[in-house]
This record gives sequence, structure tokens and C-alpha cells, in this order.
Amino acid sequence: MADATAGTDPKPKTGSTADLVRASLARRNRKQSTLQVLGIGAMSFAFLMLFILVASLVSSGYQAFTQTHITLEVFIDPEEVPLERLPRGGFDDVIEASLSSVLEDADPNDRATMRALGSLLSNGAQFKLRDRVVEDPDLIGQTVTMTVPVSDPYDQLHKGLIDRETPEQFRRLKNFEIAWFDQLVAMEAISKPLNTGLISNPDSRFPELAGLKGALVGSFWALSVCFAISFPLGIGAAIYLEEFAPKNKFSDFVEVNINNLAAVPSVVFGLLALAVFIGWFGLPRSAPFVGGMTLALMTMPTIIIATRAALKAVPPSIREAALGVGASRHQVVFGHVLPLAMPGILTGTIIGLAQALGETAPLLLIGMNAFITSAPSGPLESATALPTQIFIWADSPERGFASRTSAAILVLLGFLITMNAVSIYLRNRFERSW
Amino acid sequence: MKTFKLTVSVLAITAVVATTASARDAIRIVGSSTVFPYAQAVAEQFANITGAPSPVVESTGTGGGMKIFCEGIGENTADIAGASRAMKASEYELCQLNGVTDITEALIGFDGLSIAVSRANDFAWDLKLSEIYQALAAQVPVDGEWVDNPYTAWDQINPGLPAVEILAYGPPPTSGTRDAFVELAMHAGCEELEYVQNGAFDVNWLLENCSRMRTDGPFVEAGENDNLIVRRLEADPNAVGIFGYSFLFENLDRLKAVSIEGVVPNASTIADKSYPVSRPLFFYVKNAHRGVIPNLDEFLEEYMSNDALEQGGYLSERGLVSLADDLLMKLQDAVLSGMNMEPKP
Repeated sequence: MADATAGTDPKPKTGSTADLVRASLARRNRKQSTLQVLGIGAMSFAFLMLFILVASLVSSGYQAFTQTHITLEVFIDPEEVPLERLPRGGFDDVIEASLSSVLEDADPNDRATMRALGSLLSNGAQFKLRDRVVEDPDLIGQTVTMTVPVSDPYDQLHKGLIDRETPEQFRRLKNFEIAWFDQLVAMEAISKPLNTGLISNPDSRFPELAGLKGALVGSFWALSVCFAISFPLGIGAAIYLEEFAPKNKFSDFVEVNINNLAAVPSVVFGLLALAVFIGWFGLPRSAPFVGGMTLALMTMPTIIIATRAALKAVPPSIREAALGVGASRHQVVFGHVLPLAMPGILTGTIIGLAQALGETAPLLLIGMNAFITSAPSGPLESATALPTQIFIWADSPERGFASRTSAAILVLLGFLITMNAVSIYLRNRFERSW
Repeated sequence: MKTFKLTVSVLAITAVVATTASARDAIRIVGSSTVFPYAQAVAEQFANITGAPSPVVESTGTGGGMKIFCEGIGENTADIAGASRAMKASEYELCQLNGVTDITEALIGFDGLSIAVSRANDFAWDLKLSEIYQALAAQVPVDGEWVDNPYTAWDQINPGLPAVEILAYGPPPTSGTRDAFVELAMHAGCEELEYVQNGAFDVNWLLENCSRMRTDGPFVEAGENDNLIVRRLEADPNAVGIFGYSFLFENLDRLKAVSIEGVVPNASTIADKSYPVSRPLFFYVKNAHRGVIPNLDEFLEEYMSNDALEQGGYLSERGLVSLADDLLMKLQDAVLSGMNMEPKP
């Protein structure tokens, strides 16, 4: 009432509440808009950084998603590849001969020229041809058409990453080699299809052949083991602490320790794994199984904390109602509370696993950064993981690995985004609010 | 109940899997990051040609590799260790202590340590070993006194050098490259100094006083990642970088070599030792594992083949400087016959 009369009064008394409010209004509005501007600024800065990160990765990595291939008619000379010597034979000579027959000024009798010709194709070409011939020996004496990757320097040339203006002596490709390649381009023998090898090939020292298969399979095994260990143990620990544990000094102590464990640097877990799993249990180095156990140590605290929060969010009325109709504690937890908390638990688990997927340091310590040219067929075979594969490629001298490193990071980011999107979907779809 | 059953079955599977963990069919190679690319190349070639399970090659650094190699004999230990220097006496002792008594030492070739600058730098760099020492050592002689390194610019050491700040990116102490650089460049440079020559110091004095790199800024430890050094050199044309010759070889369009004592590093100057900062590369094999670990003998045959090791072989395409023919023959004999190495004093 006082306010209403004060509002109509033509000469308001100074010092009234309304006056104070009015006087401070501008200041408060200003503060609010400052806060808003700062908030928007912080957001835009975060987005800008994200944009720069992704843009730089895409700009350096997009080239790795295509791979220059050459299509070639190869005559499988029975003299070079005799039936009885299979699977050995001069497959590289056969390919070099067919190259020299289509190229002008490539003298098949000059050793240096032939060697230079041989390095035009990827080293994998001869093995690809060999596998075809071994599978079907009737091909000997016939002409086959094959499409194979060109070697890394030519791939770089075709993608415009080798500057033709660079003086010849500093360039990886000499003028005559570039002339050959231009001839092949003019013959339309060169194509640049999508690089499926990036996903389907295992690692290789040749960038044009190197792929992520070994790392993807290794990461899959490691995460499976990690999930199989940390999910049941984490939920079990959380249920005990939340539903059954007596509230005393000891459970407080356990709780503090679990929260601490979640903040321990991952490299510590790696050292622990090196000493205990490899040193003491005698498990093999570089195995995704050991990697998974190590990651499980890291993921467990995250899952325990998420599960406890989800269990806490289930309203007490549900427990009381269940107890009221005669359910036992055990039935209450497994029949009512846990199913209702499941979406929250799954969200926490997926976020924990996404963290584990990107973890590098502990895997380096247990030797999962090895060079292996085949994908593992089980969790105990040596393998790499996605982040350690990125680490290896980033350290390789060959030029082609620079773009492949960025491409591998993009693949890893893709997996992380997918996992986080799934967890957000689960939360929105199934989580109930009371 | 479901969760409980799941937990029990997971634990059971874990136990079963863990007990079958011992059998191994792939060769395990550890060791120096400098020898790593060569071991990689042989491993891939070997797997491609024979179809055998691909060897597992892990880059652990020379010291770390020796520790794993000398852990003992058995399926859980490595078969081969690469090294960018010869095995140390202490490492040999560790091996003997753990029952690794029959080892073949193989010197497979040479690698130059290169000092390089960006191509954007126009100065024709040529350094003496003593100048390298004076630029990068923790302590140097100035006016007859042994003092902490006061030099901050190259022209303070030699007026013929450019007046730019000394900034060198190099390997960390865990790296075999660092050990080799200290031994080949720093010790040799130290010995050339007038102060040291006049002082008639003994070897221990040299080891104690000439081994330390400066830690006051101009020498930056850039980690094991040599690509990172290459990128930093591109960003700063006045900085110099220290790394293995293979990295320079791959990046000749971006970097140029600093010649040392007037010699430019390339395959021929490194092989004939006229380039002063070159080092031998080794690998070590446990002979007790031969015939036990499947394919180990076949792998060594591939490693020792002329296709791999000779001049123009696929290892030399990756930057390894090959041995002369007579040394190569001797090496092939020694490795294929499994000759035990000379004990280290």
C-alpha cells in the first residue's frame, strides 16, 4: 500500500524504499547485462577454441580421407612368376615391367630407372598381386587389371602437398618422376577414391597402407574388458555404500577415498598396472586385456559416483512404498530402485568409458604403443589403442603420417561425440523427474 | 540377481583368460626410438613375405629397452632389443644376473646426428665441435676460468657467426640420441678447447665436467617427438634442432643441415666417418629364445638379408647408413650363427 501511494505522490519523499529501488535499478540492470555479456563472451571463447581445434584438424586431416590409387594392367609373366615357386616370385618385377611398358622414356634395362619405377607404387602392391595369384594360379600368363595405392610421395604430389617450385635437389620426387606421374594422370590411370584403408587396414610403416583397424579392435577389446570389470563392480560398490553401508567413520573414509581416486592422474594407474598386472601377475605386455583392467581402475570411481547420485535421486517414497507392501531390502533395491536409477547409471558409465577411450598415459606404460601390422584376434594379443596409435603416428618421420594423425584424431573425436550423444539421449529418453 | 550372475561370470571368464596368458607366437622387440623405424620395416616385410604373425615392435628408448630385455629369459620377456649405443657394462651385468647370458650383438649400420635449421635461415651454418660445446654446455672456460656458460648469442662465441640468440631444441636425457650427442659432440668439443688441452685433465674430469647440457634456457629439451622439433624450427628460423639424420632426410625441403667441421651430413660422409657426429646402431638377440619362440630365426634371416641391409636396401631407404660389404658379411655370419658377444668390462 505504501508503495502505491508513493508511486502517485508527485513529490516523493527522498529515502523511501521505492526511491532506493529506482535509484539502484540502473546499476543493477547494468550489472546484469555485464554478467550476460561476460557469459556470452566465455561461451563464444569456448566455441572459438573448439572451432579452431576442429578446423585445424579438418584442414590438415581431410586429405587423409582420400587416397591416390593407380589402375594398372599387369601381365603376369610365367618366367618371373613360375607356378612351382608360389607364393614367392618376382611380383615386383612384373609390376615394374608393366609400368615401364606404358610410360615413355622408362628404359626397362636400367636398374636405377626400374627401382624408381618400383617406388611409384605402394610396397603393398606386390603382396596384393601375390595374394590374387596364390588364390587363383590360373592367372599366371594372363593380364590382370589391378587398382593399388601409389606410394606416399606421389600421393602427396597428387594432393598438392609437394610444391613443384621447390628446387629439385630438396624435393622428394625428381623432375623425371613427376613427369611420369603426369603421364599417368593424362592417361587417366590415377584416381582418388575414399580411403577405406584408413579404417580397414592395420598399421603399417607406409603411410599409404596404414590404417586404424588394429587400434580400433584393440580399443574395442580394452573397453569391453574395462566395461565388464568396472560396471558390475562399480554398481555393486555404489549400491552397498548407498543402500546398505552403516553411516560410520569407516564408510566416510571409503567415500573420501573413492572421490580422491577419481582425481588421481591416470599415469599413476599405468605405473600400478605395470607393477602389479605385468610384473606380478605375469600378464603379457601390450595386451588390450591389461589395458582394459587398467582403464577399469580409472573408470570405477566415475561409475561409483554416478551410480550413487542416481540412486540418491530415486525418491524415498518409492523405497517406503515397496517396504510397506512387504518387500525385503534386497527386493527394494533390485526390483524398484535400481531400474529407476538405470538411466543415470548408464549415462555415468558411458561418460566414464568415453574418458577411458581417450586415455593415453597408462596405455603407454603397459606397452600398448607397439608397432603391430595385424589386428588382434583376442584381448590377450598385442595391440594398440586409438590414442596410442595417434601417438605413434605423430612421431613418425614420413610426411603422409601428418595428415593421418589428424584424421585419426577426427575418428577418435567421432567416437567420443557418438558415445556422449548416446548418453544424452538415454538421459533425455528414460530419466524421470519426480 | 541378474547383476550378480553377470558379476560372477565376468570374474570367472577373467580368471580363465588370465591363466591362458602365457603362450606367445609373435616376436617381441623393444628398444631405441632411433632403431625403431628399421625394426618396424623389417617386421612388416617379414610378416608380408612369410605370412607369420607380425612381430610386436615397441619403442621404449635404449635404456628402457635394455631393462626389459635383461629382465630374464622366457616367454614373457623380449627377444630383441634395439640400441642407439653399445650395451653398457651395467646393463650387461644386469643381463648376466638374470640369466640372459647368451646374447648376440649386431651392429647394423650408422646414423648421423644432425643439427639443422629452417630453410628460411639464409646463413651458411658451419660449426666447429668446440663452438657447439660452448653454445650448449652448462660450464665453459672464459678467460682461463671454468665458469657457468655466459654465452647467449652465437656471435659471442665466434664473431663470424650470426648475432642471434642461441636457441637449440634437443632430445631429453632418457633418449639414446641425447647420450650419443653428449658423447660424440659435447665431449669431443670439450676436448678441443684450449683450456682443456692445456689443463691436462684426465678422462674422469672430462666425464664429470663436459657432460652437462645447460639448463638456463638456450638448450630446450623438446621431448622424444622429433616431428615437434621440426615444426618448431619452421616456426623460428633462428633456432637450431638436434635429431637423428633420418628426420633431416625426410624434411630436406623444410630444413637444411648445419655442417660440422665443414662436413655436411649425408649417407657417404656418415659411412666414411668424415662427418664427426655419427653413431653405430645395434640390436641384441637372446640366443636362448632361438628355436623356442616361433619364427625368431626366420625373422633374423630377414633382418640380415641383403635386401634389408645393403646399400640401397629398404633400410637405407629409411635413412640407415649401411655397413661396408666386408663388415656386412661378418655381421651376417655372427648373427646367423648366434655368436655370443664379448663380455663388457
